[in-house]
Amino acid sequence: MWAILSLLVENKPGILFKVTHLFRSRNFNIDSISVGITDNPEYSKMTITTIGDEKQIEQIVKQLDKMIDTIKVEHLDKHKTVYRELSLFKIKLRNANDSMEINKMANAYGGKVHDVKKDSIMVELTATPDQIAAFEELAKPFGIIDVARTGVAALQRSGE
Amino acid sequence: MSKMEKMIGAKALMVAMEKEGVKEVFGLPGGANLPMYDEFARCNIRHILTRHEQSAAHMADGFGRVSRKPGVCFATSGPGATNILTGIATAQADSSPMVAVTGQVPVAMIGRDAFQESDIIGMANPVVKYAFQPRIAAEIPEVVRKGFFIAETGRPGPVLIDIPKDVQQNESEMIFPDEFKIRGYHPWADPDVVNVERAIDMITHSEKPIILAGGGTIISSAFAELQAISETLMLPVVTTFKGKGAFPENHPLSLGPIGMHGHAEANKMMSEADCVLAIGTRFSDRSVGTFEAFEKGLKIIHMDVDPAEIGKNQTAQIAVVGDVRASLRIMVKLLLQKSIKKSEDSPWIKHVRETKAYWKENLKLHPGDLGAAKILRKLRELLPKESIVTTEVGQHQMWASLFYDVIQPGTFFSSTGLGTMGWGFPASIGAKVAKPDVPVVDIAGDGSFSMTENSLATAVLEDIPVIVFILNNSTLGMVAQWQRTFYDRRMIGVDQGHCPDYVKLAESYGAQGIRAQSMDDLDKAIKTALSSDIATVIDIPIDPEEDVLPFVAPGTSLSDMILPS
Repeated sequence: MWAILSLLVENKPGILFKVTHLFRSRNFNIDSISVGITDNPEYSKMTITTIGDEKQIEQIVKQLDKMIDTIKVEHLDKHKTVYRELSLFKIKLRNANDSMEINKMANAYGGKVHDVKKDSIMVELTATPDQIAAFEELAKPFGIIDVARTGVAALQRSGE
Repeated sequence: MSKMEKMIGAKALMVAMEKEGVKEVFGLPGGANLPMYDEFARCNIRHILTRHEQSAAHMADGFGRVSRKPGVCFATSGPGATNILTGIATAQADSSPMVAVTGQVPVAMIGRDAFQESDIIGMANPVVKYAFQPRIAAEIPEVVRKGFFIAETGRPGPVLIDIPKDVQQNESEMIFPDEFKIRGYHPWADPDVVNVERAIDMITHSEKPIILAGGGTIISSAFAELQAISETLMLPVVTTFKGKGAFPENHPLSLGPIGMHGHAEANKMMSEADCVLAIGTRFSDRSVGTFEAFEKGLKIIHMDVDPAEIGKNQTAQIAVVGDVRASLRIMVKLLLQKSIKKSEDSPWIKHVRETKAYWKENLKLHPGDLGAAKILRKLRELLPKESIVTTEVGQHQMWASLFYDVIQPGTFFSSTGLGTMGWGFPASIGAKVAKPDVPVVDIAGDGSFSMTENSLATAVLEDIPVIVFILNNSTLGMVAQWQRTFYDRRMIGVDQGHCPDYVKLAESYGAQGIRAQSMDDLDKAIKTALSSDIATVIDIPIDPEEDVLPFVAPGTSLSDMILPS
């Protein structure tokens, strides 16, 4: 099971270290992690995606909750949550047609094109990890030069 | 809020600790904690000097387990701090309240690989309940208040306070807060009464119910409640090794510890039970064997203060989260209200009694004059029941589990989780400081005692007369047993070669050393030690070939015991 965990934590130095250390020492895996300050500067929000069976996810949530620096830990229901990840792809341009092809692909995924050069193009795509993976498959034949991804940010929809 | 006072950080540390009721600190000075040490000249806290920082941590741990208040240890930066790590990890594994205070290089030097700098906050992270590093002196009073609160509440554990030297030296207006807030810390939950009711229902509708009492029962002092429930519902009681002595081991319903070296009757009855009331236990692999075999055909009711323990190792049908004493009190009350009381005639209880009687008669013991069972039963016979016993780690520890019956609950302590050799002797010193009026005995092996034997200096110079009781087989005995059992008797790295002579060693420290080579000698030695006012080492040469049996081999189930042939 792929799970999205949302953590409200104290905005203090060393908390990211403690959270990632907990995953390591308890033999859990981090699939992605994103951290940012909240509207209240005393707190940060961490969004962690991880993979495990139901019991493992429950145990991760409990161990995170036990940490004194975590204020709130939630296992978000994917179907009731808006979750997105920002990705940047630098893709090879093999010929004159590639630029147009990639532009079309980017449009289809709601992406934006940046930094068009003679032999490369950069695409910014904000989407779910699945959509990003699908885009990556489409981009592979052109030749991917580099990729950077932020990890997932997620918020539960109101009233759910 | 109290009024402001101007003082340096080191002074604020001592004042704050005095406010927490600290009377003793175990430690060793060095460059980075000298400002704190200087304050001992101006406060009412006694400093107890150790010869190694690891022992200071174990002393604080022993003190904490006995007094149920955090024991305090001091160490300097760098190697001083890394030396206490084993002690901190031991306290964490056994949920023991402790506050460790380390010196650190000045703030401006942190991260520059300064002399005696170590990132102790980073290193200790996975083995502390919490760690603080105040960066300005004014933070110290609140850090100490919070540190003690975290160490002793909920599931207790070690807290590290790492103080840079300049933070100790800087002067500041200090506020000693009465109140404070830790937003993410919720040490207690109120036990769910409905779940306690369901638990009673499940127990009373089971044919073969049993209680498994863990270390949490001792930490929360739930002795009276445990006994009341056992007697009211006629439930036999097994314990984990850490829970040993949560229930008087001379009680007719007591079966003793289960586990790798559990009592035969305890392992048998645990394997046959159909419902277990598990109290304050994390179902360690050493206690339950393989998780799958343990829970097969067993309904589990799990009470624990730590919600993260529910479902970690075993799946519970009913879970009650909260202080186990509070949960058991609710159960006692409900049993009274509903007038539930069981007679003793159930076939299960009859079977339990017969099994217990059978193993009492039929467990084969070492035939020699100085077999482990004879030695430890002699110790039990001569020690007053309120005496405190600590152990080291190894064969002697498991023999103590098998043959030393704890009569008064909460008088037996061991490094059960981390299994730290060398823990028992310094821990016994800490225990004696916490309870100076009762005899304190460290049941030791020669291998473990060698690791922290220099604490004899502390016992002698600080006048802390504990008794070290060495079952001396001149061997790292448990490793030797595994080599005999699993490695075709290839004995590698286990021979201790009768070195040193523990009687002479004790005498060289100014302690009393006695060798006991017969049961008569032993009788006299124990009596002499009990009537002496100096630390005493009793050295008892035993057969190096004696195994600890029964033995549940790792990766097997409690019903697969290796028994003496």
